[in-house]
Amino acid sequence: MSASALPHSTQLDAGRRSDDGAPAARAGARRLLVRVVALGYLALLLLAPVAMIFYRTFEHGLGAVWSAATAPNAEHAFWLSIELVAIAVPLNTIFGIGVALLLERGRFRGKALLSLMIDLPFAISPIVVGLALVLVYGRTGWFGNWLATHGIEVIFSVPGMVLATAFVSLPFVARETIPVLRELGTDAEQAAATLGASSWQTFRRITLPAIRWGVVYGVVLTTARALGEFGAVSVVSGRIEGKTLSLPLYVQDRFENFDSTGAYTAAVVLALLALATLLAMNLLARRANKASGANTPTPAGGRRPPIKNPKHASAGPAEVTI
Amino acid sequence: MAIEVHDVSKRFDDFLALDDVCVRVDDGSLTALLGPSGSGKSTLLRIIAGLETPDAGRVLIGERDVTDTPARTRGVGFVFQHYAPFKHMTVFDNVAFGLTVRRRPKAEVRERVRELLSLVRLDGLAERYPAQLSGGQRQRMALARALAPRPEVLLLDEPFGALDAQVRGELREWLRRLHKEIHVTTIFVTHDQEEAMDVAEQIVVMNAARIEQAGSPRELYESPRNEFVMSFVGPVNQLGDALLRPHDIQILPGEDSPAGTIEALVRRVVHLGFEVRVELTLPDGRHVWAQTTRERATELELAEDQILTVRLPAPRTFAA
Repeated sequence: MSASALPHSTQLDAGRRSDDGAPAARAGARRLLVRVVALGYLALLLLAPVAMIFYRTFEHGLGAVWSAATAPNAEHAFWLSIELVAIAVPLNTIFGIGVALLLERGRFRGKALLSLMIDLPFAISPIVVGLALVLVYGRTGWFGNWLATHGIEVIFSVPGMVLATAFVSLPFVARETIPVLRELGTDAEQAAATLGASSWQTFRRITLPAIRWGVVYGVVLTTARALGEFGAVSVVSGRIEGKTLSLPLYVQDRFENFDSTGAYTAAVVLALLALATLLAMNLLARRANKASGANTPTPAGGRRPPIKNPKHASAGPAEVTI
Repeated sequence: MAIEVHDVSKRFDDFLALDDVCVRVDDGSLTALLGPSGSGKSTLLRIIAGLETPDAGRVLIGERDVTDTPARTRGVGFVFQHYAPFKHMTVFDNVAFGLTVRRRPKAEVRERVRELLSLVRLDGLAERYPAQLSGGQRQRMALARALAPRPEVLLLDEPFGALDAQVRGELREWLRRLHKEIHVTTIFVTHDQEEAMDVAEQIVVMNAARIEQAGSPRELYESPRNEFVMSFVGPVNQLGDALLRPHDIQILPGEDSPAGTIEALVRRVVHLGFEVRVELTLPDGRHVWAQTTRERATELELAEDQILTVRLPAPRTFAA
């Protein structure tokens, strides 16, 4: 019996091997193609232009770059951009989390309308946002008179730029947080309530830790958008040199004045700022993951950490957390 | 603490979840809310906990009217069907939560958590995260967490629903013993009649937003108030409008028929260990099944296509 079974099973094995071989090779080729296409696309669209800017910036040597970067107007633009981000991002973070909670946990009429309104900044062209702000807060606008008599300058001044920045970067935190909240569900929050936690305690100790990667990713996007915003800020700033030029506006200002080194240098500084934001979030995510082994990362954090203790993990089925 | 629910109604949009429900649960008792899904049992439990607000009616815990008291101050421990673990916290922090939000001293928290983890047999797992626990362990962690602030009432929503059969059996047994130890008034929701009868001292049977009957498992089984209760708490044969329990059908040897008996044809004999299920066809063509023991089946030499005599019990009918 075994004599007849043996060749049969060998044949089977051989058959399986040859069957497997061809599809495996084809799958490998397909994977390679997908990679080449994806990387090529990325290179053409993203890497080449950025690399070009870096190349052009350092074309005339480090000294030129250094003097361009430390020009008073450049420094002013740098700090103004930081200021805009430092005000707009925390504001939008608090607002975004609040609106996300309201939309996901609240029960009220007009929810759909609120949800729609949050997306307005995505839909409206930044130029239009700028013009709208001028119409409302400008000299001839609704509040313009009142503001002027109280000596508050909004348009052609920093407050207007903050408003414009906040407006265009408003949806990100809310939009990133809402799906995480939905996925989270209300069980844990209700459990916290039955255990005697106040709404604030529940938010602080249960909800916030669970949604923090959504929030962090939203903050990254908000920061990137706030840093790079050009259109809306350009309209309300009045583009006063050394006063209301943020970095992107300064880049254009230098470019129009045929100061290509100045323009490229500012552009590189802008790119580095954005890069630093991403890096900071990444480091933060990694450290937080190290601190609490059971938690999952983050779109921004990138890498999924290994489960803290594999010996423990094997004891029970690992649970997928959002 | 006794729990009283008076005339509670609750509607979700077009769905009536509770229709003028009244129920009383004695202090220190272990009660099951039993019913099919959608019968309103979970809603009733959540209303007692304060997680839902009734449209009408009152809820009393002890002497206290808690209808308008938020969940956090009701003194109720609640165990969710899927345990609702705080995933970013260790087992220790999960269990300690109800104490730390009350700002209890650290030493007291440590002591209480240690005590509870030993009660639920999770000693040594304090530093793990919920994701590193098995389903049964997670369930016990949820229970310890609910018990930590010393609630007056413990409510469990389908506590064993998501577990496999063996773990479920162990946990049932364990919940009964735990209740004996700590004597906190306990209500659990289940759709499994066997589970309710196995664990509870008192069962409240619910159907379609109403309470059909409340009583001890034995009362419900022996004197069901209506057709629904009778067929929900145990197996039944339906003959026209009448219901009869399979174990009440008596199988007699031989083909001669003494008074009050009828002939029946054996269609199938199913051996389920100690229990043997005999599927029968009556002379008028209707099917019933009888429950008997292994010994009795051997004695009768039951076989398919055999003709034998059965005595049907007085069937129970309920006014519609």
